[in-house]
Formats: sequence, structure tokens, C-alpha cells
Amino acid sequence: MYRSLMALLICLAFVTPSHAQEAATPDRSATGGAQTLEDILARQRGEEVDNSFRSNATGDPDGAAAIASQLGTLGGASDPELWRALRFGSANITASNDGPAATTLIQDGGMRWLTFRQGPLATYGAYLLGGTLLVLALFYLIRGRIRIDGEKTGRKITRFKAVERFGHWLLAGSFILLGVTGLMTLFGRKVLIPAFGHDAFSTLAVGSKWIHNNVSWAFMLALVMIFVMWVVHNLPDRTDINWLLKGGGIFSKGHPPAKKFNAGQKLIFWSVIVLGTSISVSGLALLFPFEINMFAATFGKLNSLGMSGALGLGELRTSLAPHEEMQYAQLWHAIVSFVLMAIIFAHIYIGSVGMEGAYDAMGTGDVEEQWAREHHSIWVEEVEAEQASTSKAATPAE
Amino acid sequence: MKAMLTAFVAIAVIAVGANMILSQAGFSAQDRVSSDSVRLD
Repeated sequence: MYRSLMALLICLAFVTPSHAQEAATPDRSATGGAQTLEDILARQRGEEVDNSFRSNATGDPDGAAAIASQLGTLGGASDPELWRALRFGSANITASNDGPAATTLIQDGGMRWLTFRQGPLATYGAYLLGGTLLVLALFYLIRGRIRIDGEKTGRKITRFKAVERFGHWLLAGSFILLGVTGLMTLFGRKVLIPAFGHDAFSTLAVGSKWIHNNVSWAFMLALVMIFVMWVVHNLPDRTDINWLLKGGGIFSKGHPPAKKFNAGQKLIFWSVIVLGTSISVSGLALLFPFEINMFAATFGKLNSLGMSGALGLGELRTSLAPHEEMQYAQLWHAIVSFVLMAIIFAHIYIGSVGMEGAYDAMGTGDVEEQWAREHHSIWVEEVEAEQASTSKAATPAE
Repeated sequence: MKAMLTAFVAIAVIAVGANMILSQAGFSAQDRVSSDSVRLD
């Protein structure tokens, strides 16, 4: 009888915790407040686990035993509590080196970053670029080259001065170099090392890094140049609505009137300025590690504006380890760069094989008058009016 | 064409110049992480 009772009690002892695990707040009395099997399993299932019961359990220096008494030398924190404080970044650490992140001994953002960088970032980035090239190839097959409709006049109009073309090519050349070297860095471990081996990739990686770090300054300088030179011509106006409604005349006969830049070009301009600036800022954060931390502050603003909730991201973390700031800077840098690369693919297409006469604008700077009349009719009228007024002014009075 | 080639040369000049300036700017890991009493070279 006594034995049966003991067996029942032992069984009940195993059953009770399993009931407790199903509750909203797990009962951790069986483990003395430490994490339970259910906590571990939930984390392994990828569920969000409230870690505050661990991050806050870092001992109590005020309740410490006197220094001379038993266990007194640990200062009120047991070894597990000390390790917890280190793991959750709340330990009071003094380091002999004075690097910006020297006192962060453990941070757990690294694996999340690595998995995202090697997984979705690389995969969807490749899909985006490949998909864009495919769409452009299809567009070329369906629509063909956009030709100059009317008779060519043989007369030329100056569209871009030398300094404008210099700024454009400074931006374009540096962007292509940065794009290629950036892709080589991102796809190094997954694609280039398996294809070419470690030794060959080492040389490529060292060269890529040098180019990417140093050519970035030419990109930033050129970004400022084109903004200053072209912002006036890229302010939205009424002609843009008409241009967009007619789809730029890409699939129809005739061309909607446009000024120096049509609505499509304005979209490219503002994409380059906004995305290029974002890439530059996140790039600077990567170039000067741990010096520019902006993600915790940005996440805080997104939370307070309610945008993170509206986007379904929940409450974003506003306390980030220095390394996590760098991880977010790298991901943001790459994501925005992929988007800008896709846009620039379309820009390169329409400025070269996609449209007859378009390349001259950035090649020699002088475009065929008929091309200009078809694509930028209002601009041609403005140029002609200006020429007429200067020639009138130059004519000596009789 | 001349503007394009000039720009490409400018990219190279800026890159080499940036590398020279940045290596002197005191932002290398060794400059940022070690104190004066550490001899690394």
C-alpha cells in the first residue's frame, strides 16, 4: 500500500510540471526559476520567448553576504548570474583596450544576421537582379528598340555640358565598381569560394574590399554633384502627371510632352538621390565601425510613430549591441543597394540599346534635334526661345 | 567621351587619395582599439 502511494506521488510529481507548462506564464518553480524544458523547446521551435526572467536574474549586490563570510566574495551574484549579466549585456565591465565595442563580451545578434545574410538576402537579391534582367530582355523582344519616329534633321542640340557628363560618369563608374565588388563580397562564401577556391577568392576579396572602401568617396562626391546640378530640373510639375498617365508613350504612338527631364527620368533621379544617400550613410557606418549608430534611434522613432506596428513588425528593439548596429547597417546597405541596382539596370537599358539616340546625351552631350523634339518637346522650345533671345540681343542696333 | 574618361580617371585618383588620407586619419582598428602604451608595428 505504502509502495503504491509512493508510485502515485512520483507520477504526480512528473504530471504537475507538464500542466504548468501549458499556462501563459510558465511555472518555473520546479527549476528554481531557471529556464524549463518548455522554454528551450519553444526557442528551438523559433517562438518568441520572454527572456526577462533570465536577463533580470543577475544577482543582488545589495543582498550580498559580507566579504569575510561564506560566498561573500562573489558580491551577491552567483557565477550563473554573472554569466547571465554578461550574456544580456548588463554586466559592469572594464576593458583594458579602448575600442568602441570593447565592453560588449557577448552579443547574440550574429547568428540571426548571418542566417539572413546568407539566406533570404542573397537569394531574393539574386532573384531581383535576375528578374529585372529577364523583364528587360522580354521588353526588348516585345517592344524592340524605341526608334526616332520622324525624319532625322542632322542638327544637334546640346543636352548636357561637359561638367554634367563628368558628374554622371563619376557616379555611374563608381556605382558599377561598387555594385560588382559589393556582390563579390556578399556572394563570396556561397558562390565564389565553391567555384574558384579559397586562394583565388582571397585575392578577389582583398581587391574588392580596397575598391569598395575607397571608390565609395567618388560615389558620394558625384551624388552631391548631380543633386546640385539637376535638382531644379527634377522638381515635379503638371507635365509629369500627363506623362505618367500616357505611360511615357512607350506602348503608344506619339510622345507626351516633357521638359528637360520627363517623369520617368525624375523617378530615376529621386531614386538615385534617396537610395544613394541611404546607401552612403549606412556605408559610412560600415566604413567607420561602431562610430555611427543609428538603427536603435531609428527603431525608437518607428515605434513611437506606430509605423513598426502598422508594418506588422511589432515593437522593434531600441537597445542594440554595437555589433548589432553594424549587422543592421550591413543588411540595410545591401537591401537598398539591390533595389537601386535593379533600377539602374533599367536606366542603363533605356539609355543604351533600348532607345535610339538616347546615349548621345551622355556620350557627346549633343542630341539629334528630332529625338529631342519627340522626347523632350517643351525643353526644345525653351532652348530655342533662349537661343532666339540671345541672338536678338547679339544683333547690333541699326 | 572625354568627360566619361576624365570621370573614370577621377574615380581612380579619388580612390587612391581616399586610401592615403584614411590610412592617416586614425580610424584603423589598431588606432581605435589600442592605447598609446601598446606597440603593434
